[in-house]
Amino acid sequence: MDLNFTPDEIAFRDEVRAFLAAKLPEDLSTRVKAGLAIRAEDFRRWQKILFEQGWAAPTWPKRFGGTGWSTVQQHIFEEESAMAGAPRTLPFGLRMVGPVIMAFGNEEQQRRFLPRILDAEDWWCQGYSEPGAGSDLASLKTRAERQGDFYIVNGQKTWNTLGQHANWIFCLVRTDPNASKPQQGISFLVIDMKTPGISVRPIITLDGAHEVNEVWFENVKVPIGNRIGEENKGWTYAKFLLGHERTSIAGIGSSKRELGRLKAIARQEIKNGRPLIEDPLFAARLAQIEIDLMALEITNLRALSQESANHAPGPEASVLKVKGTEIQQALTELMMYAVGPYALPFERASAEEGDLRSAAGPDYAAPLAAAYLNARKVTIYGGSNEIQRNIIAQMILGL
Amino acid sequence: MNFTFTNEQQLLADTVQRFVRETYSFEARREILRSKEGWSRELWDGIAGLGLTALNVPEEHGGLGGGPIETMLVMNALGAGLVLEPFLSAAVLCPTLLSKLGDAQLAAELLPGIASGERIVVMAHQESASRGLLDSVSTRAEKSGDGYILNGGKSVIAHGGIADEFLLTARTSGKPHDAAGVRVIRLPADTPGLTVRSYRTFDGQSAADLELERVQVSASSFVGSESDVLDAIEATRHVGLSALCAEAVGIIKAVNATTLEYTKNRKQFGQPISRFQALQHRMADMFIHAEQATSMSYLAAVKCQESDIVARRRALSAAKVIIGQAARFVGQQAVQLHGGMGMTDEMLVSHYFKRLTAIDLTFGDTDYHLQEFISASSGS
Repeated sequence: MDLNFTPDEIAFRDEVRAFLAAKLPEDLSTRVKAGLAIRAEDFRRWQKILFEQGWAAPTWPKRFGGTGWSTVQQHIFEEESAMAGAPRTLPFGLRMVGPVIMAFGNEEQQRRFLPRILDAEDWWCQGYSEPGAGSDLASLKTRAERQGDFYIVNGQKTWNTLGQHANWIFCLVRTDPNASKPQQGISFLVIDMKTPGISVRPIITLDGAHEVNEVWFENVKVPIGNRIGEENKGWTYAKFLLGHERTSIAGIGSSKRELGRLKAIARQEIKNGRPLIEDPLFAARLAQIEIDLMALEITNLRALSQESANHAPGPEASVLKVKGTEIQQALTELMMYAVGPYALPFERASAEEGDLRSAAGPDYAAPLAAAYLNARKVTIYGGSNEIQRNIIAQMILGL
Repeated sequence: MNFTFTNEQQLLADTVQRFVRETYSFEARREILRSKEGWSRELWDGIAGLGLTALNVPEEHGGLGGGPIETMLVMNALGAGLVLEPFLSAAVLCPTLLSKLGDAQLAAELLPGIASGERIVVMAHQESASRGLLDSVSTRAEKSGDGYILNGGKSVIAHGGIADEFLLTARTSGKPHDAAGVRVIRLPADTPGLTVRSYRTFDGQSAADLELERVQVSASSFVGSESDVLDAIEATRHVGLSALCAEAVGIIKAVNATTLEYTKNRKQFGQPISRFQALQHRMADMFIHAEQATSMSYLAAVKCQESDIVARRRALSAAKVIIGQAARFVGQQAVQLHGGMGMTDEMLVSHYFKRLTAIDLTFGDTDYHLQEFISASSGS
C-alpha cells in the first residue's frame, strides 16, 4: 500500500508542469480560473498547442497519434492541466468518436478522420439523444433508409453540445425498424454537417447560454462509407463509446481548482466584520466539500490502479460519476452563496465576451450564478446519477 | 502508487478472518454478551495465539513490529465479527502510547506482558468535560512528600473494567486546556483510592468511569518525561483513529452484504424487495459510502504516523468525518431496509448498527473532527 506516485510518475508530473508553465497562454488560464465561458477559438487554440507538443490525445495509443500514456499518466496530465487553468479538451472527438473509429472503423476511415481530430481541424458533436430518447437511449427513432450507396436520414437529435461549431456529427440511427429488440437495428453513422437537409437550432439553457442545440435531419444523404462498423451493430459501439467517457469523469483536478477559487472568494468576502472563511457555518460547509473531494481523489486512484490492471473501466466508474458531480454542484452552489446578494446581478453577454468586470458587486461574483445554474446538468448528462445508481445496483450488487 | 498488500499482510488478513469466522459466530458472541465479564479470556488467548496482541509491540520487546496497515487489516476482520475483546485498547493504543512516550525502562517492563496478552493495560485519558479535546485534563497530581496525590476522574474508558492497570493522565501544573503540565502515570487497578465503575455500552462493549480520591503514587510511577506528553497522546489518538476507521469499514462492508442478502430473500408484493428501485438506489448509496470510507481508511493508515502534524491532523480528521458519516448512513439504512426485523435483537444488523453508532461517538464525533479539520487547515 503506497499512496505516493512513483519517481517516474513524479518526473512525468514535473514534465507536465513545465510544459503548462511554458505553453499555456495566460489569457486562457485567466479565463478558466475566473470561471468565464470558454469560446470555440479557445478550445481550438489549446488543442493545437497540445498537438504541437505531441500530447493531442492522452488516451490514444501511439499508432494513431496518441501519447500511449498509462492511465495514471493520463490522470496526472488531466489533473495538472485542470489545476493550471487549461481549458478542458473537448471529449466528442478525442474520447467519444475517436475510440470508436479506432476500434471498429476501417483503415480508410481511420486515416480520414483521426488525424483531423488530433489537430482540431474537425470539430465533432454528438448525435445520440433525441427528444423521446434520453436515459432510454435505445428507443431512438431517427431513421436511416438504404437507397443505393446512400442512407437517407430523417429525424431529430437533441442536446448537441457545441454543435453550432461542429463540422461533423456522429449519430445513432435506426436502420432496422423491425428488429425484435430496440437495441438491435441501430447503426453508427458519421455525417458531414454541411450535407443538405441538416439544420441546427440553438437551445438556450437556464443560465442564458447557447451550449446545446437541436439538429434536424430532412432527407439527408449519407454515403454508406460513413457507417462505422457493421449495419445494425451500432448499439455495441454506442456502449463502447459511453464506457470510454469514464477515466476523467470524477473531475478531481477541476474541482480542486474550483475549491481554491471558492476559498479565495471566501477570504475576500466579509461577514460580521470577519472574513467569511472564518464563519463557523460556512467553514463547516467548505470543509465538508474538501473532505468529500479528498476521499474521492483516493477512490479515483483506486479505480485507476484497477483499470491499469484490467484495461477497462468497470462499473466502479459510476461511483466516481455520482460523487464527482455531487461535489461539482456543491462547489458551484457554495461559491454562489459565498457572494450573497451580489450573486444576483446577471449579465450573460459580458461573461461570454470574457469581460472580467461585473455589472455590480465584485468582479469575481459575476459568473457564479451562471455556473451554479449550468452545473445542474452534471448530474443529468453522461448517464444521469439515477442511471449510475441502477448500474451500481445491477452490475456491482447483482440486483 | 499501489493499493495492494504484501503476501504477509494478506496472510494476516486471511488468518484473522478465518479466526473470526470459525470462533466468533453470532451465537458465540451472544454467549459472551450474556456473561458477567462481557468478554472471553479464552478468545483473548486465541487472539494472542495468533500474535495479534504482539502486532503493535516493537520486536525488541517481544513483539512483531507491525504497522498501521497490518492493524487496519486486523481491525477490518475484527469489525466484521463485532469482536468484544480489547484489541484496540490493550493491543493498539497502549503499546503505541508507550512507544510514543519513549520510556525505555517501562516499555521493557510492560510490553512483553502486553505482547503475550497476559496483561491488559489501558490508557485512561478522557474526562467528562473532554468531548474529544485532548488537552482537557483536570485530574490533578499534587506533590506530597516523596510522592504525589491524585484527585479527579476519567470517563468512559473503553475496557477500563477489565484492565490490570492504567496509563492515566493527570496535571502536575496548569489548568485544563494548558498544553504543559500533563503527565502519564502508571496506575495498577487495585491502587487504594481508585474506584473503577464498570458498565456496558449500548454496543455491548464494556467501559468504566474511574474515580480518584487521594490516590497516593510514587514519583517512579510517572512515565516518560514532562515534555511532549500531549503530543504523544495525540499521536496515539491518531493511530487509534486509523484502527477505529478500519473497524468501521469492516462493519460497513459486512452490514452492506447482510442487507443485500436480506433484501434478496425477503418477499413482499410477490417478489423479492431487492427488485424495488427505491431500495436498489439506497443500497447503491450504501455502496458509495463504503467505497469512500475504504479510501479514507487507507489514507488514515498511511498518514497516522506522518511527521508533518498539519497533514496528519487533516488526514485523520477528514477520515473520521467520512467514516462517521458513512457509519451513520449505512447503519441507519441497514436497519431501515430490514424493516421490523431490523429492530430486533436477534438480527445481526441491529448489532452492527449499534457498534457503528458507537464508533461515531468514539475519539471525537463527526462534528468534532469537522472542526478539527477546519482548525488544522486554517492558514493552509
